Amino acid sequence: MQIYLPIAEMSVNVLLILGMGGGVGFLSGLFGVGGGFLMTPLLIFIGVPPAVAVGTEANQIVASSVSGVLAHWRRGNVDLKMGTVLLLGGLVGSGLGVVLFRFLRGLGQIDLAISLSYVVFLGIIGGLMFVESLNTLFRSRRPRKSAKAKGSGGRHNWIHGLPFKMRFRKSKLYISAILPFAVGLLVGVLAAIMGVGGGFVMVPAMIYLLGMPTQVVVGTSLFQIIFVTANTTFLQAFLNQTVDVVLSLLLLTGAVIGAQVGAKAGARLKGEQLRILLALMVLAVCAKLGLDLVLRPDDLFGLARGGGH
Amino acid sequence: MVWRAAVARAALGALLLLALLAAPARAQTQPLVADLSKHLVAITTGFSGTDVLLFGATDGPGDIVLVVRGPPGREVVRRKDRAGIIWVNADSVDFEDVPAFYWLATSRPLDEFANPAVLERHQIGTGNLRLPVADFAEIPPQTRTDFARALVRLKTAEGLYGEEQGVVRQLANRLFRAELHFPSNVPVGTYMVEVYLIREGEVVSAEITPLIISKVGVGADIYDFAHNQPALYGIAAIIVAVAAGWLAGVAFRKS
Repeated sequence: MQIYLPIAEMSVNVLLILGMGGGVGFLSGLFGVGGGFLMTPLLIFIGVPPAVAVGTEANQIVASSVSGVLAHWRRGNVDLKMGTVLLLGGLVGSGLGVVLFRFLRGLGQIDLAISLSYVVFLGIIGGLMFVESLNTLFRSRRPRKSAKAKGSGGRHNWIHGLPFKMRFRKSKLYISAILPFAVGLLVGVLAAIMGVGGGFVMVPAMIYLLGMPTQVVVGTSLFQIIFVTANTTFLQAFLNQTVDVVLSLLLLTGAVIGAQVGAKAGARLKGEQLRILLALMVLAVCAKLGLDLVLRPDDLFGLARGGGH
Repeated sequence: MVWRAAVARAALGALLLLALLAAPARAQTQPLVADLSKHLVAITTGFSGTDVLLFGATDGPGDIVLVVRGPPGREVVRRKDRAGIIWVNADSVDFEDVPAFYWLATSRPLDEFANPAVLERHQIGTGNLRLPVADFAEIPPQTRTDFARALVRLKTAEGLYGEEQGVVRQLANRLFRAELHFPSNVPVGTYMVEVYLIREGEVVSAEITPLIISKVGVGADIYDFAHNQPALYGIAAIIVAVAAGWLAGVAFRKS
């Protein structure tokens, strides 16, 4: 069954798009990542123009994040205060990111910049997360209970010396607001350049940099992603007219259902197992994109897209 | 650059007008008449490509060549090159007035009946397409041909360029018909369907019929909304997404 996408200007199989939405939505609910870093390359792979893929994906992440955050909200796993500070940083960051995006596009190397930032960030984060969670897993197998529990202990002193200290009750943290703001800002910049929600950067940053408990991390990052991707959707629709609502509706129909199932499955898995799975997935995408950069392309020539009108 | 395209369009328009004005007067003696089963291809929500029937008659034996040309536009072809260990976009060539779509159909293989010079003059066949290069003087000829070949190859891979030899059916040396296939990714705009009657290697008669391809219905409305009211469209897209996400969340709580 085929449907014509008015903005992407192509016809696609409805079941294929629903399936892609469902699959990525499942992972999104499971890990608390928006899934953009999987869906955007997938959409480009099936022939959607990259600019439309990025704009539409942002819109779809809004939906799956709303649906995902509801499930976490009911379990009390959203730290609103932390989410708001992250969000403020995220909005500033995505503004900066849009400026940087335009600058890179002016240089004519935006494709390379996107691919490289994917490879670098997915590689670093996936690698760190994989090693860390393997360590945790082996430690927890020993009879001694994990002595080095997560929390505020063992942090560098200068971090505790930062001003604007705030108490984040849900996250059981008493840290400077500058820290989550900076994390949000960095993720916002990346989100704008890479055309993703940024959950795959934010989730590890919240766990390892801020020291938040894993349970709260997922709901809180989804909460923040809703607003950052809504902002991206608006900017893309307003500046580039690259948001295809038909494609987005199809994707989100699959994704919201997938996200619900994923969130339920996630509740049954241990934190370390979740992290190992997420790490492996991130590394797989990184390897694919890295190989594409390094291997000799099948066709050295290509048609430039998206800038023709 | 822009004025050249504008001049080309104006010239094309004038030619078309001339052809239209001349047509009724010559109707009696015309060696070739042809028409399409429809002159408007509507891209609706269910659009997944379409076929248009071209049919016509000749005043005697001869070979038929059909050329479908899409609206002309700019295309940029890039070539990757090695930088260190990674492949990056290096050179690029800008082509102007490149047909967005080009399809050739013939009654017999071209080399059996047509004079190569004639084919070149009428730009019949993807190899004979004139692809004007911007910054012509700065680009060496070898590079121009390499990139032009790549352009045709890439468009062919997308299903937008192609050649089909021997698919025009002829009946009793008088009537002919052919199915023109337009894929789902066909660009919108005004197309020209050219029909050539060839005898002894030369074009003895030709006819041009316009074909409009445009979006209609819900898809067209969405496209217009997105382009005319981009801010409202963005907000609407967000509202739809939030509502859909919330709906799914509520639906799943009950189960």
